[in-house]
Amino acid sequence: MPSNKSVSDAPIVQFTNCRILRNHQLQREDLWVREGKILNPEKLFFDEKGSADVQLDCKDSIIAPGFIDVQINGGFGVDFSLATDDFKSGIDLVSQKILSHGVTSFCPTLVTSPPSVYHQVLPQISVRNGGPLGAGILGAHLEGPFISKEKKGAHPEHCLRTFEAGAFQDLLATYGSLDCVQIVTLAPEMRRSSEVIQELTKRGICVSLGHSVANLSQAEEAVQHGATFITHLFNAMLPFHHRDPGIVGLLTSDKIPAGRRVFYGMISDGIHTNPAALRIAHRAHPKGLVLVTDAIAGMGLAPGRHTLGQQVVEIDGLNTYIAGTKTLSGSVATMDTCVRHFQEATGCSVETALEAASLHPAQLLGIEHKKGTLNYDSDADFLMLNDNLYVQATYIAGEEVWRQDASGM
Amino acid sequence: MKLIILENYSQASEWAAKYIRNRIVQFGPGPGRFFTLGLPTGLPRDHPESYHSFMWNNFFKHIDISPENVHILDGNAPDLQAECDAFEEKIKAAGGIELFVGGIGPDGHIAFNEPGSSLVSRTRVKTLAMDTILANARFFDGDLSKVPTMALTVGVGTVMDAREVMILITGAHKAFALYKAIEDGINHMWTVSAFQQHPNTVFVCDEDATLELKVKTVKYFKGLMLVHNKLVEPLYSMKEVGAERSQSKKPYSD
Repeated sequence: MPSNKSVSDAPIVQFTNCRILRNHQLQREDLWVREGKILNPEKLFFDEKGSADVQLDCKDSIIAPGFIDVQINGGFGVDFSLATDDFKSGIDLVSQKILSHGVTSFCPTLVTSPPSVYHQVLPQISVRNGGPLGAGILGAHLEGPFISKEKKGAHPEHCLRTFEAGAFQDLLATYGSLDCVQIVTLAPEMRRSSEVIQELTKRGICVSLGHSVANLSQAEEAVQHGATFITHLFNAMLPFHHRDPGIVGLLTSDKIPAGRRVFYGMISDGIHTNPAALRIAHRAHPKGLVLVTDAIAGMGLAPGRHTLGQQVVEIDGLNTYIAGTKTLSGSVATMDTCVRHFQEATGCSVETALEAASLHPAQLLGIEHKKGTLNYDSDADFLMLNDNLYVQATYIAGEEVWRQDASGM
Repeated sequence: MKLIILENYSQASEWAAKYIRNRIVQFGPGPGRFFTLGLPTGLPRDHPESYHSFMWNNFFKHIDISPENVHILDGNAPDLQAECDAFEEKIKAAGGIELFVGGIGPDGHIAFNEPGSSLVSRTRVKTLAMDTILANARFFDGDLSKVPTMALTVGVGTVMDAREVMILITGAHKAFALYKAIEDGINHMWTVSAFQQHPNTVFVCDEDATLELKVKTVKYFKGLMLVHNKLVEPLYSMKEVGAERSQSKKPYSD
């Protein structure tokens, strides 16, 4: 069909015969894309008198926004907390491989490490758009070292630090630079955390509470100072207690400032959280649930020993422990597995499961105007999935960057 | 007039759709275009209740129509009367309207030709009657202040110039209007009645819309359904048009 576009000459692609996730529902609508963004077909029709250049039949697939993983420590043998010579190619490898899991944007995560690691690694991470070479990088997630000794989990104790001497300056000195940092996880019960949280929030960095023994009022105070996320809920924090719910209590706290929402990460790999606990959290605060993988270097590889920063971890099936212990350390789950498992365990709708991995992380990072949805003018990062939520194809900026081939690889 | 009475809303819709399809195929589209008629002013184009949005969502996006062939009166044009006059010109340039499809309001209006509209009127700006505003409030969350009060509309005369007119009337709330339109006299208070003087009119309705008609009228037309159904069976397809052209079928006359 000839097009007559007054606004742009770029080709217009119309994806037909599909169900798209829009306005929290799967709707039988076509998806229109031009110049890497989702296009409004009604405006195109009436204002530009334009029509599609290419029509693609999606064979009744589900089209959902691309997944966003805000906590991923590495994968395929690559460890983001290890300052190797080929760090850059490592991050490129991971960003390319996770396309097959449906992830179109991610936050490479660094666990507690000595300052030298941050100083070497952080300058090598740059915020960049995704494309055929891999998923987009939104910025680093620094999990530690300003966390609690009692809840260090798999983080190495000798690298833990406090900022009671110089507050924000201490933090900056430890990390070296905050230029490409998107999220910082810290324990709010630490002295002078409020100042640090305020300063980070002022710089547009998302503050997350985790690896902490904070009680509910300390957690609420942190939220009032700007914290908006909880790192892997239930794990590495005090368990819920009916007289002091701790950080978990933020899900239903009435002290959250008006207009703000607290989000919480959940690793729904079936191991980190009992399905019943996952359901409790989901039912208490469905709009705040953000699926994360917390994947480590061993993800995508055969079982055996791998590193996680300064530690050695052992992978046995889906379980990953600090070698020789029963302490969980990250996971080898992939994002699409987490979405499927979440949907099964909670019995929630397909739309809810997909939004937990796309819309909610975008809202957490304040980028939902361009990521995490299929709204007009958003970035055209999306997935084609079958009814069982297996990813069939991944698109970034309207371009196909991965496709499941016929042999099922 | 042909009065086609079907049992319910979906059957009436389906009959009408088949009829229109057959007429399109017979018409042999090529230079064929079509127009859409009544547009409330003051609504921005992408307002969900604008005719642009309505036509897009319910019709255009489902078919492969070329945008150049769509002509909707623009309620936001700087000179509304000029917009209306241009519309009339476009109709003339396209060779006149082959088939006009419309509904009626509970006050018997066709397009937005409210009671009191001249039966020879042309495309123009019309102030809407309270009845119409009330009927449309449901599209604006029941808030009367949000409903537009004026509309651009084709005139009764404009529609009378069409070679064929099809009116769809369903629901009990339209029954009185249908009665006034076909069993009473021609009256500018019930503008649809003007089509009693049109040589080629089809009224498609459901049982509920006939509630105010004489039993005699309903029985007569129901008796004609065998003949009238020949207009929708067989259902023509564009692919067969080549063969059929030589024996082109004419619509049955009254």
